[in-house]
Amino acid sequence: TMAATKTSKEQRYDRQLRLWGDHGQEALENAHVCLINATATGTETLKNLVLPGIGAFTIVDGHTVSGEDVGNNFFLSSSSIGKNPDKLLDNDPEFFHRFTLVIGVQLPESTCLRLGSVLWSASVPFLVCKTYGLIGYMRLVVKEHTVIESHPDNALEDLRLDQPFAELKSHIQSYDLESMEKKDHSHTPWIIIVAKYLEKWLSEHNSQPPKNYKEKEAFRQLIRQGILKNDNDVPEDEENFEEAVKNVNTALNPTKIPTAVEDLINSEQCSNITSQSASFWVMLRAIKEFIQSEGNGSLPVRGTIPDMIADSQKFINLQNVYREKAMQDAAAVSKHVECILQSVGKVSCKNASFLRVVCCRSLAEEYSVDSVNKDEITSYMDSPDSEMVLYLMLRAVDRFYQQHSRYPGVYNYQVEEDISKLKLCVNSLLQEYSLNVNIKDDYIHEFCRYGAAEPHTVAAFLGGSAAQEVIKIISHQFVPFNNTFIYNAMSQTSATFQL
Amino acid sequence: MAVDGGHRDGACDWDGRWNHVKKFLERPGPFTHPDFEPSTESLQFLLETCKILVIGAGGLGCELLKNLALSGFRLIHVVDMDTIDLSNLNRQFLFRPKDVGRPKAEVAADFINSRIPGCKVVPHFNKIQDFDESFYRQFHIIVCGLDSIIARRWMNGMLISLLSYEDGVLDPSSIIPLIDGGTEGFKGNARVILPGMTACIDCTLELYPPQINFPMCTIASMPRLPEHCIEYSRLLLWPKEKPFGETALDGDNPEHIQWVFERAQERAAEFNITGVTYRLTQGVVKRIIPAVASTNAVIAAACATEVFKIASSAYIPLNNYLVFNDVDGLYTYTFEAERKDNCSACSQVPQDLQFPPSAKLQEVLEYLTENSSLQMKSPAITTTLEGKNKTLYLQSVKSIEERTRPNLCKTLKELGLSDGQELAVADVTTPQTVLFKLNFTT
Repeated sequence: TMAATKTSKEQRYDRQLRLWGDHGQEALENAHVCLINATATGTETLKNLVLPGIGAFTIVDGHTVSGEDVGNNFFLSSSSIGKNPDKLLDNDPEFFHRFTLVIGVQLPESTCLRLGSVLWSASVPFLVCKTYGLIGYMRLVVKEHTVIESHPDNALEDLRLDQPFAELKSHIQSYDLESMEKKDHSHTPWIIIVAKYLEKWLSEHNSQPPKNYKEKEAFRQLIRQGILKNDNDVPEDEENFEEAVKNVNTALNPTKIPTAVEDLINSEQCSNITSQSASFWVMLRAIKEFIQSEGNGSLPVRGTIPDMIADSQKFINLQNVYREKAMQDAAAVSKHVECILQSVGKVSCKNASFLRVVCCRSLAEEYSVDSVNKDEITSYMDSPDSEMVLYLMLRAVDRFYQQHSRYPGVYNYQVEEDISKLKLCVNSLLQEYSLNVNIKDDYIHEFCRYGAAEPHTVAAFLGGSAAQEVIKIISHQFVPFNNTFIYNAMSQTSATFQL
Repeated sequence: MAVDGGHRDGACDWDGRWNHVKKFLERPGPFTHPDFEPSTESLQFLLETCKILVIGAGGLGCELLKNLALSGFRLIHVVDMDTIDLSNLNRQFLFRPKDVGRPKAEVAADFINSRIPGCKVVPHFNKIQDFDESFYRQFHIIVCGLDSIIARRWMNGMLISLLSYEDGVLDPSSIIPLIDGGTEGFKGNARVILPGMTACIDCTLELYPPQINFPMCTIASMPRLPEHCIEYSRLLLWPKEKPFGETALDGDNPEHIQWVFERAQERAAEFNITGVTYRLTQGVVKRIIPAVASTNAVIAAACATEVFKIASSAYIPLNNYLVFNDVDGLYTYTFEAERKDNCSACSQVPQDLQFPPSAKLQEVLEYLTENSSLQMKSPAITTTLEGKNKTLYLQSVKSIEERTRPNLCKTLKELGLSDGQELAVADVTTPQTVLFKLNFTT
């Protein structure tokens, strides 16, 4: 027999296709990102995008390469001259509109804010990255990012045992546990077992399911009593019943629309569908209409069940009951989509409970005195060594650059004298934003000591982190951070703030 | 900017080359390690004296070599027993399509040495077990980017065997710090191990749950998932039908995978099971773990930062375990893993075996493999009886396995073992035998 010939691309990307699938890969290969400043942080991020197959990239960098650049950057070994982002912003800001996403690395505050404004108006996602000494910083700016597949680590199953649909009900009814032979009895899926005993319970408890710990324990006991006993009245080894007992909590989870999805359904974008609406919102609207009609208040059935002890036929038959219902529900949703729009959306409704939207505030809002997130900053600063102090120091350092056209402590002789200058910047920053917090002198000293160094290992950490966030934005899979990430290489800790 | 081209011996540093690094070696600071003294000599130590061993030249290894080279380390050895595969190229950036088939360690070393003037990476196309204490003793720090728990444990055991104690007190100069990194999809971890002082790999073995294999009865007669059909084809049909003669199933051979795939499809059709694909088949047969460049970049960076901290004493190292996950946002968790008092690798205390004299040797064997703190793979059990060394059971050599197999059905009493008897157990998970003490229960 001939071996299946796999394209070399499929082989090359095999290990990552298992994470984001062919459709995720396609999105990546159709993307064009812009990197501003090919510093170590920038090139490391780019490397981690080129390796998985990003479609295209453009580098904008007005600096000439120095000796210290070649010292920390794997991709530099000669000088280069390029465009300057500030000049582009002056002369041709629409240059940036063509990109899927822009990555701004080691940007001074003024350039960053200007760029942020241009990209916000053009709805181009913007990822700001900075390595400063042993501190890594990322800020994601995206008006509305839709996540089609969030791939949560521990998703709850969608078993519908609290409100079994007709086909599930009749399938459960087709079983008569009492009259089964041992072989069948021991290989009946736990879902059926729980369903049967739940029926019993409901009839004895006024249609009220087990609610608290005591009742659930009693329910578990009820199930245990169903285990077959041998001639000496000793319970047989029925692993499927053990599974049923173990899964009582899972089984009794009420069928519920996740809050995140509820919010999406009640959102303005979902209510006002136009011909410009993204397919994400069209699908959500169709799901909303489904919930209000065929779904009787619930999402379309997901259609998957976990593996469980059972013989093949019983398991497959049960699995098919869920699958067929899911297909039926998906068809109903499709009809709604057709009614809403001519074209059918690419979003699959089987991921309905995994849809998410991430909205990151603009930089303008973060930096404005009127809308700065004071509460977030001051509450984290209750712990004076929280990563929030590192965020404030980065802001102070930016301020120093604006005033002195250089960063503090770059040269050895500057370190001592810059400490007091940087402290002034810290104080003016806190004053401007009316932040009643205390920043220890040690941090001011440390940030002067850093001398705006960009050590390679910190740049590499950030490069890996940033690249994956970019991939999330491009593929609409997995949930990106919202919206400020700080990494501290000294303590190997990190934090995410919403600023 | 002038660059001294191609010099391998010292003096190829251009102006400003180490500026980023020097700020952490030559300046005092408020958060440095209490033992830290700023000096210009630290950089010289890194450049000329400090010897680092990198284990693995794959996803983590490539990143580690780059990170170390750009942090000032020049005397680096790298060990890897593998050759380059096409599927490595989505993350192992020191390799190109033309390198497929060549040893990873050699290609990686060549690339780094060409790209980073002055760096001298010495490759070893070997298994870690090919070397003994005399090799490992020469390194200041060892950093692992392995994909195997067995190999980690072996390395861990090797460094523990290098420790020397005087009057029961550990000699700090015999400690070689071990930085260990691991990744899987979007998850990863990095840890710092000071053998004899902090938690070792075996102290926290429960963090690595044993690999789950599907029960044979499910595979043989009650399949439900496409994976069951694939395992049926691999474990039952292949040995029976021997489609390629006496050749063992090779997960890297597309023809073999194709055969398993087709048979698995047939099996699935019998039971109305959907979902058998070529990709799934390969994944199950090769136990493929998904991998991307980004996670490897993050974990290798964290590990290299720790190597730098330890080599330079610039900062207090990670104490001692970092967990990373970027499935949802970015999540890190840092904690101190604790040493186990009776760790089978680092506690120097003979391990306790509690069995009644009527227990069969088979039960002891099962305990050694199934106990979550031991997780041995194929332990070889020996003891001393009547002053002579006796092998009770050994699996890895066919003739000895056949000779000692009847012992498995014998009771401990029948085998002549007494209460308090010491058993020496050898296994792939450790370079040294582990001592067990038999305690008879009633």
